[in-house]
Amino acid sequence: MTCLPAHTDKKLGLVIDLDTCVGCQACVTACKEWNTGGHMAPLTDIDPYGGDVDGVWFNRVHSYEHMTEMGGRTVNFPRSCLHCETPACVTVCPTGASYKRASDGIVLVDEDKCIGCKLCSWACPYGAREFDTDVGVMKKCTLCVDRIYNDNLAEEDRVPACVAACPTSARHFGDLGDPASAISQLVAERGGVDLMPELGYQPTNKYLPPRAQTPRAASVPAPALEPVRAEGGFLGWVDRMLSH
Amino acid sequence: MHPAFSVVFFTTATGAGYGLLALLGVLAGQGFVPPDFWFGLVGMGLALGLISAGLLSSAGHLGRPERAWRAFSQWRSSWLSREGVASVATFVPAGLFAVGWVFLGRTNGWVAVAGLLAAVGAIATVCTTGMIYASLKPIAQWHSRFTLPGYLIFSAMSGSVILNALLQGFAVGSKTMVAFSLLLTFFGWGWKLATWRYNDRLEIPTNANTATGLAGGTVRSLEWPHTEENYLLKEMGFRIARKHKARLRQITQVLAFALPVSLLIAALALPWPYAAVLSAFATIAQFAGMLVERWLFFAEAKHTVTLYYGR
Repeated sequence: MTCLPAHTDKKLGLVIDLDTCVGCQACVTACKEWNTGGHMAPLTDIDPYGGDVDGVWFNRVHSYEHMTEMGGRTVNFPRSCLHCETPACVTVCPTGASYKRASDGIVLVDEDKCIGCKLCSWACPYGAREFDTDVGVMKKCTLCVDRIYNDNLAEEDRVPACVAACPTSARHFGDLGDPASAISQLVAERGGVDLMPELGYQPTNKYLPPRAQTPRAASVPAPALEPVRAEGGFLGWVDRMLSH
Repeated sequence: MHPAFSVVFFTTATGAGYGLLALLGVLAGQGFVPPDFWFGLVGMGLALGLISAGLLSSAGHLGRPERAWRAFSQWRSSWLSREGVASVATFVPAGLFAVGWVFLGRTNGWVAVAGLLAAVGAIATVCTTGMIYASLKPIAQWHSRFTLPGYLIFSAMSGSVILNALLQGFAVGSKTMVAFSLLLTFFGWGWKLATWRYNDRLEIPTNANTATGLAGGTVRSLEWPHTEENYLLKEMGFRIARKHKARLRQITQVLAFALPVSLLIAALALPWPYAAVLSAFATIAQFAGMLVERWLFFAEAKHTVTLYYGR
């Protein structure tokens, strides 16, 4: 059923810390490695060693330059499915292949029902869904549904592959529907935000903005070098001497 | 958005087909159109042919067309599913109407009722097509009050221009029908101009700041996560140059509106058979123009995912 559940018992999701993400791509490769053999397998690669590489990935890390009055900084930005509370990708699905689970809020695709109309990828503002041209169906992040409930794994490993792989603990997993959970407290403490809140998708995943820059930290290490004046002055003389 | 030809052709062909079907259903049932066997056969054949060709073309867009039957199940939430249900349901009254009108030569009683029901089904199907696009929030150019009326107006417009050409072709045309199709073409032209004007002035609250959650200042893309174009960029990041867009808008205006308007005005003034030839040319020009219009409808639409790529 592509109608959304009125209530989900849990709101499982990720919290991503943009302050500590170093853009190492470990989460990207860990996600690909696990999921190409997991619930949505395979994560097809087309022409992987050729000149026109394409393929399905659930997690992609962008890099941005954020310039404010306080100065500029580089922000590494992992982008994956946000497991929204009102996911239009589910309601637009004509076949019932897309669904949101009432038990934990995870948004999944039943590959056996998907007709590959691609409308869900149009309905997602975040670019979370990627079409597998080889299999002819849509694929997306499963929040590693085959890890988090997997009794064959040690308890500390029952987290999404991206979370387990992160070397700087920039990724956190938990129940965002429970205000007492560690992950909800982290969001409250750090002022976690929704992406594109104006569109009303109510994403479950939250992003922790980079911490404010302090005056103690040098925003720019030294004044920019001035061009040497062509005429007069000591530096002009040095420039002329060295130019000979 | 990537303008897949299968979808461009689908929306244009079914739009014209349903417009023609609705007009035939109402006008023939009310006795405005003669219950002539050959006229009925060609008219209904063209309407149902355009609809069927469009629906088959849309199936070509699917990754797994053999599972297309599943698309009839989620009509409670999905406009695409509703479109599937409405399009198939419309074939029932349309088929009955075709049998009654064309083969039995009747335009009253149950045939008139079937004609009206076919018209209702045709209008409903075009509405569901429009709503598929109008309901998509990530694409501001589609998620506007212009989209749904646009689909209805263009459907009625192209349907009326085809019907006029058919009537003229069978030498049973009337000045009223020429004037009616002329009026609808003017209306469509105005609506398209208003839509472009609205889209060009559109200010979207969603930007790179809200997309990344980085408040204030400017957010500039430094590096993509991948070196080659991926599915998202191929499907949603389709771009055309601005000068290219301006030229395509001119082509749309000439083929879909200006040329049909001129030809229909001439058809209004000239006697048969000149009026018939001009009406036929108006139909061909407009159909080609509407294909360009629909291509632009996709190509000009900007999806929010492009913000992540600094596009």
